[in-house]
Amino acid sequence: MEAALRAAAGTMSDDKISQAEKDEAAYFAERAKAAAARAAEASAVTGTPPTLFDVQEMELNFGPQHPSTHGVLRIVLKVDGEKILEAKPDVGYLHRGTEKLFETETYPMGVPHTDRMDYVAAATNNHAYCLTIEKLLAVEVPRRAQLIRVILDELQRLSSHLVWLGTSGIDLGAVTPFWYAFREREQILDFFEEYCGARLTLNCMRIGGLPFDLTPGWTERVAEFVDDLPARIDEYEQLLTDNRIWKKRTVGIGVISGEECIEWGLTGPVIRASGVEWDLRRAQPYECYEELDFVVPTRQNGDTYDRYIVRVQEMRQSVRIVRQCLERLEPGEIRGKVPRVIKPVAEEVYASVESPKGELGFYCVSNGSNKPYRMHVRPPSFINLQALPRLAKGHLVSDLVALIGTIDIVLGEVDR
Amino acid sequence: MTLPPAFWTYLKVVLLVALVPAIVGFVVVLAERRLMGFMQARLGPNRVGPQGTLQGLADLLKLVTKEDITPSRAEKAVHSLAPVLAVIPALTALSVIPFGPPVRVGRTVVPLWVADVNIGLLFLLAITSIGVYGIILGGWSSNNKYSLLGGLRSAAQLVSYEVPMGLALVSVLLMTRSLSLVQSVRRQEAMHLWFVFPGLLAFFIYFVAGVAETNRNPFDLPEAESELVSGFNTEYSGVKFAFFFLGEYTAMIIISCVAVTVFFGGWLPPFPNVKALEFLWQVPPALWFLAKVAAFLFAYIWFRSTFPRYRFDQLMALGWKWLIPLALTNILLVAFAILLTPGWTTGLVWLGWTLGVLFVLAYLAAKLRQKLARRERLAAEPHPVEG
Repeated sequence: MEAALRAAAGTMSDDKISQAEKDEAAYFAERAKAAAARAAEASAVTGTPPTLFDVQEMELNFGPQHPSTHGVLRIVLKVDGEKILEAKPDVGYLHRGTEKLFETETYPMGVPHTDRMDYVAAATNNHAYCLTIEKLLAVEVPRRAQLIRVILDELQRLSSHLVWLGTSGIDLGAVTPFWYAFREREQILDFFEEYCGARLTLNCMRIGGLPFDLTPGWTERVAEFVDDLPARIDEYEQLLTDNRIWKKRTVGIGVISGEECIEWGLTGPVIRASGVEWDLRRAQPYECYEELDFVVPTRQNGDTYDRYIVRVQEMRQSVRIVRQCLERLEPGEIRGKVPRVIKPVAEEVYASVESPKGELGFYCVSNGSNKPYRMHVRPPSFINLQALPRLAKGHLVSDLVALIGTIDIVLGEVDR
Repeated sequence: MTLPPAFWTYLKVVLLVALVPAIVGFVVVLAERRLMGFMQARLGPNRVGPQGTLQGLADLLKLVTKEDITPSRAEKAVHSLAPVLAVIPALTALSVIPFGPPVRVGRTVVPLWVADVNIGLLFLLAITSIGVYGIILGGWSSNNKYSLLGGLRSAAQLVSYEVPMGLALVSVLLMTRSLSLVQSVRRQEAMHLWFVFPGLLAFFIYFVAGVAETNRNPFDLPEAESELVSGFNTEYSGVKFAFFFLGEYTAMIIISCVAVTVFFGGWLPPFPNVKALEFLWQVPPALWFLAKVAAFLFAYIWFRSTFPRYRFDQLMALGWKWLIPLALTNILLVAFAILLTPGWTTGLVWLGWTLGVLFVLAYLAAKLRQKLARRERLAAEPHPVEG
């Protein structure tokens, strides 16, 4: 009866469990034997018997289920006490084959897939994808659509930076900024919801323009929100910027120079905090960024604190950009002249935008059919993550947490 | 018929053991969660019972009915022993805390403490440091690397912070001339002086070390959720976890109780010898005591929602390079203040005034420095955005 119940519930029977326990015991016994053999070998090399005080490296699995790896990142650490000797990121736990998916679907059907890459910044993903296909088709986007795209981008940048601020605060033990940041993010998500019905996976742009025009009153509400925001940013800064402990935990942690950033291919706030003024909105302006008045904040030291300051200042600049775009909004078309069936000529294009994390680019190879032949993504999170072993070496486990936070990765984008 | 004195002692023991967990579960935890909610622009638990007052009961039921899991490769005996080791010393330490002056029940005079031990402070320090074993053994026996790291951190942290804490209390001993906690309150009454004034430095050191001793933010490294998952208690669930939890919160209460007793006049109302303020005695002294303890617990909660967490090496540096030298200096200061002036009190009063003025000046200087730093930072910003 009991066996039948167990079988029905799909659980293991007793003898199977005891077998599993035996297997496990055998496995650990084998490992202990191997460790003893290694120790004996090491002492044979040095000629001294093993003692209690020999330096032993411990292998520590950091993730994939760990509260502060910001998703399913796994880092294999070699630690001496708490000092990191080696950090090896192991990615791929969230791999969904997005690049391959693009090849199986028509061009317009690709937009929603981009939502799932950097899922805290869907609008900029949509934007980069649409920009690439528009470049392929040589389509002009109407001015109103350009302005709204920039507004959506900057709101998305704000919300992404707010998520970063909150979570990296929690990583260092400051729990309160998280709630403040998410309070404001919630408002931004409400704006997205009002605009396109979705809060996270927005799907809010189309090839050649936008799916919808703005709802009545949206611009006023956004204007009110961005007028309010700088005071709120002051609030977060009050808790962190001059805080002794915050400074102790961030100043001088994970220093990387501008040259090294360029060598590694790092982009976004990471490279700007190292003194390189590289922002695609300024360096290769797209949409209407050329005519907007904003500053690209940079800092010189390239440590965690500077990356924090750069992101906070970027939030203030985003506020300025949104304000300017709202002023310039005039009624007009929101979609350019795009053919019903998109069949571009066989060509290869690359277009990129400045996403909150850095340069987000799409490389599209078209073979003249209605589906891309190959679509490759240049994900800023993945490329910035490369620098983690270099940044983490020699720091403590606590700093690793700060460093994962400071390069601001989203695993959906790292693994795609 | 009068009840034998032993009856009252047993009653008090039973009350302490039964009441403290209840107070911890129902009042402190709820207050913490609601207050943090208030500070963090959210509500906190408000669903179970009116205003969430029964949340503690719900949590307790959850913890008790939860499956008690021991990892298959854990040291089973030690794993079960560790939570007990964490909670028993904490509850025992409460027995020497004087919650109020003796009260008259019928014809008997019942003191509001279980035992007035003449080595009270020493006993407290000794018994609370046993609680460390619970954490270390819990971390080690779980056979989990994160737990082990948490246990190691707590071993180093608690051992090093015992030192400044003890040294801070030594300077109070110089003022009290007794290790008994009851005596220390009586002495403050007799000297017309809360020891926090001459012992401002000692109090500061004691409280910082106390926060570190209880593993609370900004020194909550042994748990460090974002680094070590949950530190030493990662592998604990159900009742065993509840024991660790109870141990931590009781330790918080003890640290607050001792701070109140030796620095803030215990059960005495403010200015106990001023005629004009005599009406303050109308409030039962035990309530004064509880109010002061509550203020300390509030500070704990406030810290938790304000500060980021220190890093391990920084924490050790703070303890060894700052607090211990400061505590030693403070002992010298207090000793000289007593010896160089006639009587016991004069020097202490002078010391109190000096430290008070210095403290205010230091505070103002720190504020000014912060303001200047902020101004400098804003000036360096490329294009300041107005609020």
